[in-house]
Formats: sequence, C-alpha cells, structure tokens
Amino acid sequence: MKLEGFELIDRIEELRLDAGTILAHGHVPKNSPVFEGHFPGYPLLPGVLLIEIMAQAAGWLVLARLDFRQMGVLATVREAKIRHAVLPDTHITVEAQIEHEGSGYAMVTGRVINGKKTVADAELTLRTLPMPTQRFTDALHRRARALGLMVQA
Amino acid sequence: MSSTFDTVASIIAETCDIPRDKITPESHAIDDLGIDSLDFLDIAFAIDKAFGIKLPLEQWTQEVNEGKATTEQYFVLKNLSERIDGLVAAKAG
Repeated sequence: MKLEGFELIDRIEELRLDAGTILAHGHVPKNSPVFEGHFPGYPLLPGVLLIEIMAQAAGWLVLARLDFRQMGVLATVREAKIRHAVLPDTHITVEAQIEHEGSGYAMVTGRVINGKKTVADAELTLRTLPMPTQRFTDALHRRARALGLMVQA
Repeated sequence: MSSTFDTVASIIAETCDIPRDKITPESHAIDDLGIDSLDFLDIAFAIDKAFGIKLPLEQWTQEVNEGKATTEQYFVLKNLSERIDGLVAAKAG
C-alpha cells in the first residue's frame, strides 16, 4: 500500500464475474506520512481509508463486470462499521460482493479482514460512469495487470 | 396501476423520509418531492428489488439529455408506475 498515493490494494487474488465477488490484499506500510497526523506517536490506519479500501475493491469488481467500458465511483456509504484498529505493518484482506447491479449504479457489500477478524464492513453504492478518456482506460488496464487481476467468468 | 403506485409511494416515503400523504400520482419526484439523483438511486434499487426489474435509468437520462423525452414522462409518479408495469409485463413475456 501507498497510503498517501491512495494505492490501497496490492494484489487481487480472485475476481469472479459470475458470482460478482472479489478478493484482494494489501499490506499497511510500517511508515507513512499519514501516520504523522493519525496519530502522532500512536499510528493507526484511519477508518476512512478502510472504507476506501472496500470502495477500491468494489471499483475493480464493477470495472471488470462492465468490461472496462464504465467505471464505478463511490456515491453512498451505508452501515459502515470500523470494528477494530489496524496498525502499521499489518496484512489485510478485502472482500466485496455485488448485491444488485442497476442501470447506472451498483450496490456492493464490503468487508476488510485482519487474520480471522473482520475489522470493517459497509454497504456501498457506486455510480457507474463512462470512462473519461482512452488514456485513463489504458492506465487502468495497466494497473489491473500490475495487481494481478485475472478475471474468472 | 394503483397498487404499483402505492408500492412506489411507500418506497419513496420510507427512503426519503417524505410524508406519505404528500406523495400523489401527479407528484414529480424531482420537481415536487425534491428527490435528487443520488436519493433516486436508492429508490431505483428498492423498485428493482420489489418488482424484479431493472429500471433503465441510463437510457432515460440519455433521452432527457438529448431532448427526446421530458422528465415528466419518467418522474411523474403515475407515469413511472406505468413504466414499471410495462417492464414487469415485458419480463413476464
């Protein structure tokens, strides 16, 4: 993870188009400018970044389901719960599942796990929008490859 | 149509915290009830689930933006209810 660059997912282990699910991983770095303020002398991963991790996993899932023709952007966060603190140098897993795919939006549930413990969960709405430029689409394809995105039908 | 309207009105009342008696078949979801596009996604989700359909919001938005349709055709609740009935009938085949 590179917290200050909002690169919160390191690897996508599995993405199942038929089931509408994704499983991904990230490693919270030992050091980050984010920890300078959150909190001085007591570094904790901010809860909003746990929500963002779920949103990013959901985003890759929606992007793959729409074959990179549209992208999902976070629109609503519902029932978000930050259940446990996440410390630096921690490996976390994120799962997301599409609950409903509407026209122009998707409802997704997300969960962040540390070991066997759920540390955060939420229900998210993602609006789906056209890709702004081909350059952006190409960049997302490159990033998807770097994350190991292997789509299973 | 009336039962479809009743279901839609109940969904809107619950989702947007609007008194049920303020919601009539003539109400325009946006202009009269003040529902914005984000809240309408929640309503669309509840309608999709309740009726087992997929409201074609993207198509409707495109038609309005291109001047091929008016918002009244889709967002006045009696018209919305008729379109829902049509989608349900089309699905039943």
